[in-house]
Amino acid sequence: MTAILGQIAQIFLVVALAPLITGWVRLVKSRLNGRIGASPFQPYRDFYRLLQKEAVVAHSASWVFRAAPYVTFAAVWLAACIIPTFTTNMVLAPAADLIALVALLGVARFWTALAGMDVGTSFGGLGASREMMIASLAEPAMLMVSFSLSLITGTTSPAQIIAFVLGGGVGIEVSLGLALAALIMVAIAENGRIPIDNPATHLELTMVHEAMVLEYSGRHLALMEGAGMVRLTLFMALISGIFAPWGMAQPGAGALGVALGLGAFLAKCFILATALGFFETVIAKMRVFRYADFLGGALLLGLLATIFIYVSEAV
Amino acid sequence: MMGHLANFPGADNPLLWILGVPLGSAGFLVVLKEWRVATWVNVVASAITFASSLMLLDHRPAATRLLFIDDFNVYLVVLTSFIGLTTAVFSAAYIARESEAQRLSDLHLRFYHSMYQAFLFTMLLALTANNTGVMWVAVEAATLTTVLMVSLYRTREAIEAAWKYFILCSVGIGLALFGTTLVYLAAQPVMGDGADAMAWTLMIKRAHAFQPDLLNLAFVFVLVGYGTKVGLAPLHSWLPDAHAEGPTPISAVLSGLLLNVALYALLRFKMLIAANGQALTPGPLLVMMGLSSLFLAAFMLYRRGDIKRLFAYSSIEHMGVITFAFGMGGALANFAGLMHMTMHSLTKSAIFFAVGIISQNEGTKRIADIRGLTASHPVLGWGFVLAVLAIAGLPPMGVFMSEFLVVSSTFARQPLLAIPLALGLLLAFGALVSRLQMMAFGEPPKVVASHGTATTFSSILALTPLWVHMLLVLVAGLYLPKELVAWFQVVARLLG
Amino acid sequence: MADISQFSYEVAHLIGATVLMAGFQLLYQRRLFAVLNTFAFQALALAAAAAWQAHVQHAPHLYITAAIALVFKAMIVPFALHWLVEKLGIHRSVETAMSIGWTMTSGVALVALSILLVLPVTANAAALTRESLALAMSVILLGLLMMITRHNAVTQVVGFMALENGLILAAVSAKGMPLVVEISIAFSVLVAMTLFGIFFFRIRERFETLDLNDLETYRGDRQ
Repeated sequence: MTAILGQIAQIFLVVALAPLITGWVRLVKSRLNGRIGASPFQPYRDFYRLLQKEAVVAHSASWVFRAAPYVTFAAVWLAACIIPTFTTNMVLAPAADLIALVALLGVARFWTALAGMDVGTSFGGLGASREMMIASLAEPAMLMVSFSLSLITGTTSPAQIIAFVLGGGVGIEVSLGLALAALIMVAIAENGRIPIDNPATHLELTMVHEAMVLEYSGRHLALMEGAGMVRLTLFMALISGIFAPWGMAQPGAGALGVALGLGAFLAKCFILATALGFFETVIAKMRVFRYADFLGGALLLGLLATIFIYVSEAV
Repeated sequence: MMGHLANFPGADNPLLWILGVPLGSAGFLVVLKEWRVATWVNVVASAITFASSLMLLDHRPAATRLLFIDDFNVYLVVLTSFIGLTTAVFSAAYIARESEAQRLSDLHLRFYHSMYQAFLFTMLLALTANNTGVMWVAVEAATLTTVLMVSLYRTREAIEAAWKYFILCSVGIGLALFGTTLVYLAAQPVMGDGADAMAWTLMIKRAHAFQPDLLNLAFVFVLVGYGTKVGLAPLHSWLPDAHAEGPTPISAVLSGLLLNVALYALLRFKMLIAANGQALTPGPLLVMMGLSSLFLAAFMLYRRGDIKRLFAYSSIEHMGVITFAFGMGGALANFAGLMHMTMHSLTKSAIFFAVGIISQNEGTKRIADIRGLTASHPVLGWGFVLAVLAIAGLPPMGVFMSEFLVVSSTFARQPLLAIPLALGLLLAFGALVSRLQMMAFGEPPKVVASHGTATTFSSILALTPLWVHMLLVLVAGLYLPKELVAWFQVVARLLG
Repeated sequence: MADISQFSYEVAHLIGATVLMAGFQLLYQRRLFAVLNTFAFQALALAAAAAWQAHVQHAPHLYITAAIALVFKAMIVPFALHWLVEKLGIHRSVETAMSIGWTMTSGVALVALSILLVLPVTANAAALTRESLALAMSVILLGLLMMITRHNAVTQVVGFMALENGLILAAVSAKGMPLVVEISIAFSVLVAMTLFGIFFFRIRERFETLDLNDLETYRGDRQ
């Protein structure tokens, strides 16, 4: 029963929290830039505004263009539902694993890219091809991270990994550190953050994600942007859950434990979002030609993490 | 760390003088302003060092954890300090003429003399070190001092050569240190922590209990590391440049002494590995590197246009032969290797003495521009001819004796290996003799471009070391004293 | 293994891996100043490793090694190189002989190689030493790789120093190894001399790069 409740709470929490996290990152960045910045709740207002507006669709667009926002958002939302945020006690938790997560994110990306190309504008095609290039490098890296995590913990289920880490199953492992570094790099690429992509730009030469959703408006745009925000929340939950699971409610925890887990999750998101805002301010965007090096680096870190597991085991 | 001080030799110990005199004079020569005095201080210091090294033959100090003398290194110490002395004498003449030609400033000369003594110190320290770490530090310091001397002329070529030398040898030295660390790790479970597990004399006694796998890995690193410094192919590429661009006395000691020291370090590790029954047999590796060096150098000899580079390649060739001999192992081959080490050092430094005078006289290092030396400078020319014939391996010189021993001992045990060895030696012989003909005979150039006004005294001074070395090589080829033979045999057995 | 030694082992392992990661980072950088900063970071990690080993092994002399790494390598050398690059007007971008992707891939292969080499042969050594040795050998090989694939006097010197960092890491990890301090001093002198060499010989003025391949073109035999 609590598992069902936990799952329902999770489903709504991720959607409800996602705009706030993005709003907070934007606020941190504008403060660091010396601007006052909009309130962290501004994304909610934006959504309200977008939902009021009419969704304009290009003449050349097919049904793919119209379906893409729904499919993308659904895939990302589902992915976010299976990553434990404040409790591991959820109905879907046993069904979830990291490979499925990669697949769901892949579906979302695939549809976004299709939609980008569907309209037939040059920007959409450019964004889609870049996105696919990034994906072809980021997905192997993500899988490599999953491999090393599952080699350490013996499972690919996020909930069980978290339980394993919480149970003191691992000490200070080099492999974990490497996997963390690789995962952060993948997360940056997946979410289109600096230095891979700048979420706040509409400069034609550097756009990736923004180029693909350029033709969207109204509720379609709201869904696309919402998917991006949920994805960011998802990666924060994943990183904080696996590498700093402290405070998360375990099966059998009482109301206090759940409340504690919720508080801990909010605190972790707050810290991560602040850190993200800070790093985006100090780091410059990379040239497109350097993406391969960056993500190749993530892949190699994942590979090294796997190698080091064998070192540790051999001891 | 303070514990090391207790191991320092006392005043009655010849080692104190052997190491202390070069070190002290290196310090003194830095502050000595007058270069004319400095050349003689250099000679006197080297003479004292040589005299002290002779004392070792008579009175051998007990081994400490830091320094030791055994049958193997005592002869190298004597050889090193002897060639150090003769080169210092040659250097006195050479420097006088360079200074007249105004190729070196006073500051450079001060630096040069100080570094010369520092170089002798580091080599003698490497030879007498019991601690493998100290040995490494000494070889590293020897690299450093020679890099500075190779770049002395500050020409583009000299700096390039020095840089190449520095980069390649530093990497080599670094890998050798890793090998040394691995040997320590192999020894540590048996010997316990601390200095005991790096003291060679203590390690060799219990080497059979060391971990063989770790020793194998260590030996690969030591071989590549110190092998770079020996100039074994394919790690030799620094050697010709460094020899060609430095002042000639430095080429003489580089070729005659430093290569020996590096090989000595390699052999010490080889002995450790050999003492451990289960580790790999280092012989075949050494044989392979020796043969490849021999062949590479023999072929390269044919296309040299620069006289110093020619003999630098000849050094690679001979280090290859020596490594080959030690790789073969066994009493006879080791004996041959030791003898060849000695003969090569004496002959090659003599050749560089001659080359130094020749290039000063002719004002060029290009072989094509050097003609008719026997006619224009008979004493020098014939000495040069004698030395080159000796290094090419013509009887009755000592080099022929040792090469003959290497070939015959190989023939007795591995006839198949003897064929490429003999072939390589013949190739090198052909190359050297054809070059020699061009330089030594024929019409001398019409105008002899003489640099500076060389006095008779400095000519004699420059030629004496050459002839002394050649005389020794000739005598060794004709007759080896019984005591020397017996001694070499003891060392050959020690090398296993 | 007792808890304390398990912990000390994990920390040592972690610091060693940080040194190794910095080695990878060195291969990844394309700007000279970024290379220098990364090198300073690697030296800092090395200092931490040495200090940790000093603490764990109760070997106070290793603190000297740590101090040398901290003051000389993490501060003076990067600063001096920075100054040299500006003074001599050396190109600020790193010239590569092999693309960065391939260099990194070779780097991972080298790490795997050193682990495969070291682990089987050190079966009897203490765990602490064992992993550090594998890490140190990886750092050494990466330094070597950097020297081979980066063309420029400064990057080659940095590659050499990275290699040397690996050596020092190996030496401090070898329990009770004597002379570690002397060895690190000897290396420091070597490096200091090189820096002087670059400066006094105005290496930049004489040749654009100190690429060893370019040096090959000089043979003295060309007539």
